[in-house]
Amino acid sequence: MEKFDVIIVGAGLAGLGCAYTLAGKGLDVLVLERGDYPGSKNASGGRLYINPIRNLFPELWDKAPLERHIVHESITMMARERSLAMDYTGDELRREPHQSYSLLRSKFDRWLAEQVETNGTMLMCKVKVNGVLKENNQIVGVIAGGDELLADVVIACDGVLSFVAEKAGLRTSRTAHDYAVGIKEVITLEPTLINERFHLEGNEGAARLYVGDITSGKFGGGFIYTNKESISLGIVIGIEDMGTDHSAAEAPALFDAFKQRREIADLIKGGTTVEYAAHLIAEGGYNAIGNLYGNGILLAGDAAGLALNIGFTVRGMEYALASGYYAAQTVLKAKESGDYSSKSLSLYKTLLEESFVLKDFLSFRESPAVVSNPRFFNYYPEMIGNILQDIYNVPTGTKEKLYATMRKHLSVRDMWGFLKDLRRITRI
Amino acid sequence: MSENSALKAKLGIDVFKPGKVAHIKIKPGREKDARLQAAILLCPAGLYRANEKGEVTLTTDGCLECGTCLVACGIEVLDWNYPEGGTGVQYRYG
Repeated sequence: MEKFDVIIVGAGLAGLGCAYTLAGKGLDVLVLERGDYPGSKNASGGRLYINPIRNLFPELWDKAPLERHIVHESITMMARERSLAMDYTGDELRREPHQSYSLLRSKFDRWLAEQVETNGTMLMCKVKVNGVLKENNQIVGVIAGGDELLADVVIACDGVLSFVAEKAGLRTSRTAHDYAVGIKEVITLEPTLINERFHLEGNEGAARLYVGDITSGKFGGGFIYTNKESISLGIVIGIEDMGTDHSAAEAPALFDAFKQRREIADLIKGGTTVEYAAHLIAEGGYNAIGNLYGNGILLAGDAAGLALNIGFTVRGMEYALASGYYAAQTVLKAKESGDYSSKSLSLYKTLLEESFVLKDFLSFRESPAVVSNPRFFNYYPEMIGNILQDIYNVPTGTKEKLYATMRKHLSVRDMWGFLKDLRRITRI
Repeated sequence: MSENSALKAKLGIDVFKPGKVAHIKIKPGREKDARLQAAILLCPAGLYRANEKGEVTLTTDGCLECGTCLVACGIEVLDWNYPEGGTGVQYRYG
């Protein structure tokens, strides 16, 4: 029977980040991927923040197939018939090193896998892991394609559903409350048109988030990321909220309605949709993170629930790469002592706690409750839209005083509610 | 184009490699389970449909393997697996 030091399940960012860190350290590492090639089962909104992980993978960034560095960050509140956009740009976003890049996972993951393979690590694609091998309460390998493959340690990087974590007994159930689904089209468009429409030059990129009517007032939103020669356009829908509202439109129809909004249609006009993708997103934050390790097993990336939405930024890929890195460090340490028990592998959690990964999750532990406030998705976009409509309106007769105009839309009760929401926001 | 055929056309752009068996099944006797309504609403590929008898049917051709239905309906209702290695959707952009 084949025996490896490490079996990594899933060649996404966590798995590849782990494999990359382990390469050249004298360990027998096998990476298993169920898709035709790394990235073939992966979809993301598409933006990677480099700063927190730059030094964990110092050689990667010069050559990585990243799309555009983001110099425009915007949030748009979409009411039913109007919208308000806030755009932030600054010299700091144009200076190198750039803090974030749009990317496309099939391209990026495939490239990262090549770097891993060049360093001598074995990667097998088209192999689905069906189960784990247990011996005396210790994970000792996996069952894949009918074969039993043994390893000192298994690293579950098999994504947000992580059946490996489930089969290893590290995860019990998935609650709809903690998940959203992202639906995305990649739309190709001439780079000159992208630059014109998004006010960009050269390889500059834009990131736009939309909140409000897109999800019929429920938890979720829309996004756009500009790539080199395409636009990633998507929506995110909270599963619990939307799945229980039987008056809501079906998800594909919500997507199309968003796409047909004037604010969006103008940006993608003349473009060609070349892919339609969907992916589950963990939204539970710190409180939804369960076990991160067990006897002979570590969980990394989405499999560990490492995705964090704090409203202005929605992140997962840095946490995947970093958790892969720290899983690798844990394995290297365990290898020295030959001890792969849960006690020895608990180092992984310590490393994550000492790093930005769990520090971020801990400091933003209140974020899921705050950003899912239903008022952000219906009440505020409509109210602010109404106020702006009246403020900008010049009627046939005399114009009402500005403060009086605003107060028409803001009763004492509204303002009290606003203060209460503001107080909740101060928790993040 | 009707909504459904527009969605089919969109799915037609994606690359799918056929597998031998359906990787997701509604468990026998659960076709009328109320939880399946969430799958009808949420499935990005529109693969869940209710018939005149109130039973929900599922076709897995065009499945994007996101897992939304599994999270929305749970394992009591669905027998949910990823397709076999090397089959199913193969994203070229991601």
